[in-house]
Amino acid sequence: MQNEPTSSAPGLAGTPANSSFDILHSPLGSPQQGASVREVNDPFHGDLLEVSMGPHHPSTHGVFRMVATLDGEIIVKLKPVFGYLHRNHEKLGENTTYLASMPYTDRLDYLAGMTNNWAYALAVEKLSGQVATERAEYVRVIVGEMMRIVNHCCLVGFLFNDLGTSFTPLLYAFREREKFLDLFEELTGTRMMYNYQRFGGCRVDPTPEWLAKAKALIDGFPRFLDEYEQFLTGNEIMLARTQGVGRLSPELAINAGITGPVLRATGVGYDIRKVDGYGVYPRFDFRVPIGDHGDTYDRYMMRILEMRESVKILQQAFRDLPAGPIIDPKAKNRGLRPKAGEAYGRIEGPKGEIGFYLISDGSTNPYRYRVRPPSFINLTVLEDMCLGHSVADAVVILGSIDIVLGEVDR
Amino acid sequence: MQSIEQIRDLIVARFPGAEVTVIQNPGPAAQHSLLLGHAQARDIALFLRDEPSLKLDFCSNATGVDWPEKEIVETTKVKVAQPDGTEKLVEQKTKRLQPGYLEAVYHLYSMALKHGPVVIRLRTGNRTDAVSLPSLTPVWRSCEFQEREIFDLFGIVFEGHPDLRRILMWDEFKDHPMRKDYVEPDDYEWEPTPHDAVLTKAKGHYPAPGSTANAEGGM
Amino acid sequence: MSEAPAISQEERDELRRNGILLTSLEEIYNWGRSNSVWPLQFGLACCAIEMIAATCSRFDIARFGAEVFRPSPRQADLLIVSGTVTKKMAPQVVRIWNQMGEPKYCIAMGACAISGGPFKQGYNVLKGIDRFIPVDIYIPGCPPRPEALLNGLIQLQEKIKSQHLKGPDAPRHLRDDVDCIYPVPEFGEHDLVPPKNPNLYEPPTLVRPDKP
Repeated sequence: MQNEPTSSAPGLAGTPANSSFDILHSPLGSPQQGASVREVNDPFHGDLLEVSMGPHHPSTHGVFRMVATLDGEIIVKLKPVFGYLHRNHEKLGENTTYLASMPYTDRLDYLAGMTNNWAYALAVEKLSGQVATERAEYVRVIVGEMMRIVNHCCLVGFLFNDLGTSFTPLLYAFREREKFLDLFEELTGTRMMYNYQRFGGCRVDPTPEWLAKAKALIDGFPRFLDEYEQFLTGNEIMLARTQGVGRLSPELAINAGITGPVLRATGVGYDIRKVDGYGVYPRFDFRVPIGDHGDTYDRYMMRILEMRESVKILQQAFRDLPAGPIIDPKAKNRGLRPKAGEAYGRIEGPKGEIGFYLISDGSTNPYRYRVRPPSFINLTVLEDMCLGHSVADAVVILGSIDIVLGEVDR
Repeated sequence: MQSIEQIRDLIVARFPGAEVTVIQNPGPAAQHSLLLGHAQARDIALFLRDEPSLKLDFCSNATGVDWPEKEIVETTKVKVAQPDGTEKLVEQKTKRLQPGYLEAVYHLYSMALKHGPVVIRLRTGNRTDAVSLPSLTPVWRSCEFQEREIFDLFGIVFEGHPDLRRILMWDEFKDHPMRKDYVEPDDYEWEPTPHDAVLTKAKGHYPAPGSTANAEGGM
Repeated sequence: MSEAPAISQEERDELRRNGILLTSLEEIYNWGRSNSVWPLQFGLACCAIEMIAATCSRFDIARFGAEVFRPSPRQADLLIVSGTVTKKMAPQVVRIWNQMGEPKYCIAMGACAISGGPFKQGYNVLKGIDRFIPVDIYIPGCPPRPEALLNGLIQLQEKIKSQHLKGPDAPRHLRDDVDCIYPVPEFGEHDLVPPKNPNLYEPPTLVRPDKP
């Protein structure tokens, strides 16, 4: 119904130059594209219907719940409800030592444990003034980009599940995921909960055999992507269901703190790997894909293109990986007592900016331990994107934001 | 990007008489912050967002911190005249009660100019009745859910927030669990290796070895 | 039925070799339902991802007849509690359990569903789903591997096959003296009310021997 051809969408290339928007004076939650709600004096105007989707619903990616108010099948209001997986991550983080929080970070965004580890290690390194070794930084890039591929691969599978393909693309995605998980298991000992990063380096050094296997897998991955895209990207139903659906303007995206592929699909080229240049990312040659319509189709394409860029980064990292210690021999992990102070460290996770804000009072436990969850903040604009669309589209829009409830509710 | 002192000077030049204090961060990260007064906090935030040389258009992280009141012991050396006419240095300890407060911390970045972070803080009067702060959601929409979370877990009331409800806990819940003095419901159950806080709880439920009373489970 | 069969296993095997299949109603009933367990499509947390992995091509839960994940509790036989049950979620889980038709089974998958796991000390975390609903199979792990889930499923099939249609150890749904509806907890001001189902859950007691 809202499927306008993409060419008629306003061109929003590049970063918005004028910030003439003023959220201060416009009511919050104002529709982005005029919601096609019938007038009240319309003779066919009926009552509004309130539908609660979730917390147990097959399409809400876990225990997420949204309360949608419908006019016919058109969403006129949508309020997300959180907290069904609120596992008190931050309170537990304040009651354990710095190192003991590391396994907990795996369980935040459980589809991408490695990048959570990395963000936390980076924040503690900032807090305690430690530096990771060069080899460790390369290994972090290797495992982090592999994690990004796994995450995006699964996301595409889940997105097509939401589009109604019932499992088939997910089977392909999980087939590839298992290959990556085998590698991670060989390196860290577990399939999902890696507990791999340490302050000042990584826990174990990848062997040359492991690196050879990983390189072979990455070299073959573009072939899988080609196959995957051949099935999915040009699919007529997919184009009809995603183009022009859930459009997000770059102004609102910036103001609402949206990060990651959802932001870049709107045309804002903000990638923390480029902006902060943490680790050894400035040494790699890669591009940041940018969309220009900010719709579901662009968000899908961002993931596909990012996977291709990740392959490029990985190939450079395998080529340039230096020898040396995997962890700084003087690194302090157990019994770490950082000087009083605070630090905010962030990285570009697969879902957006994942950051950790830590306050130390000089003891072994953080005084304040805060996670900046990207998918939680990306949900701020869910209502704006869904207004004027049907319920079936809301499911697709939610799928394209890429949420993981362990991170949303913490 | 300007240093935090330059940003403070910019704010003071624009809003004469505004309460802006630089809070130094002694740690290696050296992310210093600005403490804003309540009265002009939202205007200052708007200024930080729109000032062309700053353009802090992206509020990345908003969070609460609980600082309960604590006793600070300061040691000073005082010369005390001795009866025999000489003077002796004596350590004198003065106890001072630092009042508690709740704090909201915002990490600002600029997507247009690609710099940051600038950290701003707002502090409540105390932890009981003066717990309201001006909401920055009208300036940065990204604070909408995060301020709701702070309201839920810390109990800071954000004035001007469009939809201030509990977000993570259920609506009937009365406590603010992220405060340092929160006491959780006592549903301890036996654990083989209790330690620290859990050990304290375990002792309350299972008497020490040797006592005659047989222990019962929690609740 | 529940009495010892009149014909021994050896004799039965001998008959089967000669092309005669002897069985009892109980046996064929349990054989049928143990090999077509329909789980509820219900994921809570990290373990749900491993549950999905178990349904995918590598582990292929379809080999055990349990691939028909049903989105509606009315059509499901098995509730796999896959992940942390928070206090906010617990009433919904009990409600879903009540909506499922008997005979129904529950697998507590992962440390969180069993006891709260690593999040046990959290103020919003239920210390095990067995405080509110009866659990048939516990699968430890954080998260359990898909193989562990498959093993749990095989254990459940063994359990179903060993159930008797009559007698004192008949399953819940065939007995008149057992209520199949479990009370749903309500949200209180500080905790769930009640924090556990006292008819179902007894906290473990510790009896220390006195000093000699």
